[in-house]
Amino acid sequence: MAYNSSDISAFQDIWVFCEQREGKLMNTDFELVSEGRKLADERGSKLVGVLLGKDVAGLANELGGYGADKVIVCDDPALEVYTTDAYAKVICDVVMDKKPEVLLIGASNIGRDLGPRVAARLHTGLTADCTHLDIDMTKYIQFLREASTIDVDSVKFKMEDTNLKMTRPAFGGHLMATIICPRFRPCMSTVRPGVMKKAEFNQAKADAVEVEMYPVSIAAEDLRTKVLEVVKETRKLVDLIGAEVIVSVGRGISKDPEKGIALAEELAAAFGSNAVVGASRAVVDAGWITSDHQVGQTGKTVHPRIYVALGISGAIQHKAGMQDSELIIAVNTTDNAPIFEAADYGIVGDLFEVAPLMIDAVKKVKEAK
Amino acid sequence: MILSAKYELMRKNFRNFAETEFTTEIQEQLDREGGFNWDIWKKMAKYGFTGCKIPVEYGGQGGDTLAYVLMDEEFGRVCPVLAIYANTPNSLGGGPLLACGTPEQLEKYLTPAAKGEKQIAFALTEPGAGSDAGSLTTRAVADGDYFVLNGRKCFISGAPVADYAVVYAKTNPSLKGSRGISMFIVDMKLPGVSLGKPEEKMGINGYPTSDIVFENVRVHKSDLLGPLDKGYAVALSTLDGGRLGMAALSVGIAQACLEESVKYAKERKQFGKPISYNQGISFMLADMATEIAAARELVYSTAVAKDAKDKNASTMCAMSKYYASEMCNRVAAKAVQIHGGYGYIKDYRVERLYRDARIQTIYEGTSQVQQIVISRSLLK
Amino acid sequence: MRVFVCVKQVPDTSGKVAVNEDGTLNRASMATIINPDDLSAMEAALQLKDETGCQVTAVTMGPMPAEGMLRELIAMGADDGVLISGREFGGSDTYATSQIIAAALHHLGVGPEDVIFCGRQAIDGDTAQVGPQIAEKLDLPQITYAADVKKEGNVLKVKRLLEDGYMTIEAQTPCLITCVKELNEPRYMTIKGIIECYDKPIEILDYPALQNEPLIDPTTIGLKGSPTNIFRSFTPPQKGAGQMLTGTSQEAVNELVGKLAAKHII
Repeated sequence: MAYNSSDISAFQDIWVFCEQREGKLMNTDFELVSEGRKLADERGSKLVGVLLGKDVAGLANELGGYGADKVIVCDDPALEVYTTDAYAKVICDVVMDKKPEVLLIGASNIGRDLGPRVAARLHTGLTADCTHLDIDMTKYIQFLREASTIDVDSVKFKMEDTNLKMTRPAFGGHLMATIICPRFRPCMSTVRPGVMKKAEFNQAKADAVEVEMYPVSIAAEDLRTKVLEVVKETRKLVDLIGAEVIVSVGRGISKDPEKGIALAEELAAAFGSNAVVGASRAVVDAGWITSDHQVGQTGKTVHPRIYVALGISGAIQHKAGMQDSELIIAVNTTDNAPIFEAADYGIVGDLFEVAPLMIDAVKKVKEAK
Repeated sequence: MILSAKYELMRKNFRNFAETEFTTEIQEQLDREGGFNWDIWKKMAKYGFTGCKIPVEYGGQGGDTLAYVLMDEEFGRVCPVLAIYANTPNSLGGGPLLACGTPEQLEKYLTPAAKGEKQIAFALTEPGAGSDAGSLTTRAVADGDYFVLNGRKCFISGAPVADYAVVYAKTNPSLKGSRGISMFIVDMKLPGVSLGKPEEKMGINGYPTSDIVFENVRVHKSDLLGPLDKGYAVALSTLDGGRLGMAALSVGIAQACLEESVKYAKERKQFGKPISYNQGISFMLADMATEIAAARELVYSTAVAKDAKDKNASTMCAMSKYYASEMCNRVAAKAVQIHGGYGYIKDYRVERLYRDARIQTIYEGTSQVQQIVISRSLLK
Repeated sequence: MRVFVCVKQVPDTSGKVAVNEDGTLNRASMATIINPDDLSAMEAALQLKDETGCQVTAVTMGPMPAEGMLRELIAMGADDGVLISGREFGGSDTYATSQIIAAALHHLGVGPEDVIFCGRQAIDGDTAQVGPQIAEKLDLPQITYAADVKKEGNVLKVKRLLEDGYMTIEAQTPCLITCVKELNEPRYMTIKGIIECYDKPIEILDYPALQNEPLIDPTTIGLKGSPTNIFRSFTPPQKGAGQMLTGTSQEAVNELVGKLAAKHII
């Protein structure tokens, strides 16, 4: 039967595209599978992982451990390294054949290359870079109650709505939008890395996962680009997303950037071992620190246990990336700096004076314990 | 004046360039160390700013006077000294050539100047002769196919980085006053040309100024610029354009002073509230803004008048230079006052703006010379 | 060879973002700029023009005032501009937008040596979807996240950024490339460019001009034809006001660390 994306009733199950690089699953895969599990339970359907690569079937169990009922494996030498053409063709072939209701893709540089291409070919909608997903309307209403200023009780919702409700920030987080794709299937969404919570690994589920090897047909003429090389940058990237404590620096370090960054490192180290240095865009743009340290709209979205902002004025782009941190401490010379609006504790002062005092004080408390 | 979309786009482009490229680091380094920033110069050349109002056929951009004053204003708003970089080839450097250069001279000297490949200094002032051309002592004596130059020019902006200089010299001592003066374009590498030590200045550091000394410099007669013995008239017409550029630069400096002051007055708190809540401060800001607006209108309408070849344009240039440069100094003084002690230290931008503003009423004709020009046109 | 550059006019979100009572963006109160990634795409195209003398065409979809942006791009060095504008196109999501732009590019004619450059993503929507979707609709190969582009004959060699490194990818023309800011530093306009840009051609493509294009299907363009709809938009609640710690720096730090210790945060 011909594929028809508007024949909504023909589609079922929640799918997650599981990205692998060099034969290893990505952290995002586990986040998405964990989130997908919740959606599948809300919908009362199956959660299926789709895994493309070469000799990757062995990874299926791990996906099962985070909640996948089944993993469809497309194994082919042409899928070893990501190419738009090969991946888009294989994904579209499987989707057209099996018709999932929802397809989630991690919003990595690869996912955001693949997702739009696939959605356009499947003639369906795609919502980019989502940070929250719901199917069940009761859960969505509860989400709005917590995360919005909407007076939820005065709004009438269709409780039987089973569309995937995909929520994403717009304009640097000042505005949130919930998007639906009511007339076409699958509902597609790319999901921001680091946002969805990873479930506990369940060995029994891992052992029980069903694996389906799906035959792949890729012809040479399907591939119009050629990957000449894949290079890993040798410099160690900072793991902002996994860090418990982030001490970030902003334009306030300009009179002595080197010292400012050194102070941030020292303060981070005083707080604990899983602590790293972040930076505002201004600091990255000035070339004082590499872009993997950047927190904010164009950088990483973080929610550490403690976020310290040293000399950061708090442009909304920056706040968008850190305002969900559990505890925010801000130090800035300007008492009406917007960063103080986001902060739990604020100190008006020069970071070059305040940070050394904080280092000493934190160290003393730690030693006393 | 409501600018058309074209001129608004020019302003936006000049502003974007200045705000992006004239970094605080570059500005502070130039102020501290002097010298000349060749990187910025090359960038200005790349986008044609060095040839802003030089015709396209001579390698320029073909902009009119309004485009030129917008450039000086917007560059001056970010960094006065860097505004002078872009201004010079369009005014004092290129002006005399445009006024009376032969096709060969234009191709040889003006085109590379417009493209920023070569720099031309304007050498009129002498230790004993500034606005008083009659006292000029530099002599040029004909000798076959050459003129032999002897004399000393002082306060020559850009001399240390110049490839050529437009030099004014007496060729006919029997003629009195401003007559008997000729213009030469002199290659700075010719034997007998030497430079004095760069001056240590109060402000506009980063565009070097020095003496140029001519000792038996043999200048080929093909480098005589304009008619023999009638060079000073050309100098005066060149000064018109230069004056208007300096007026626009004054508006830019004043605008920067205002913006810094508004920001500071809102930030700085005394007695529990921002100082902008005090009328003593807020009325100063009102005066500054009003005077700037008046000067800006005068400068823009003069630019339009000049392009329309209005008969009053020359007087209006003098009025613009006179009013805008004096206004700029009043505004800069208020800006430092509003900043209080902080305005007197180098951490705050108004300290440098105040020093840069000070030259505005002096170079390219002092305020008093402008008054002479203006009053003469009234009384003739 | 002709290079098409797809650009978008966006509200300048680097300053204050104004939000209406109902949670929508107050666009009227915000200045508009050329989307930053698109400027890098334009610079990449102009560098190809510097090398090869190819024609560079700026293409945008938007309301009529977007013509001003096209003039700016011409003042930078583009040869001409195309403005896709029509009531029928309004409210399009990324799918519908790419459908319309692809139709316009098809109408203009993408030749065998041509290249289409887009910015990676626009700062208002941050979707990064329109570029790849145009490529799909035109059935062209795509390379996204380009941080370096070299052209040798009809072959393009592109450095494509990954989170943890990069790939070098080769593709034949015609193809579509989306550019990141790291690709280059966009040039400024020249004065001559500004003077001349008002005399350069700008083609307006409205619905009647495109309606016979096979990609233009009234059921898949505009607000009604967009697969995705906004279900609800809202503003997140402001976090409760924090506490400012006063006194000398030492006093403030002591109070802070005392509180953190009391709450067992450290």
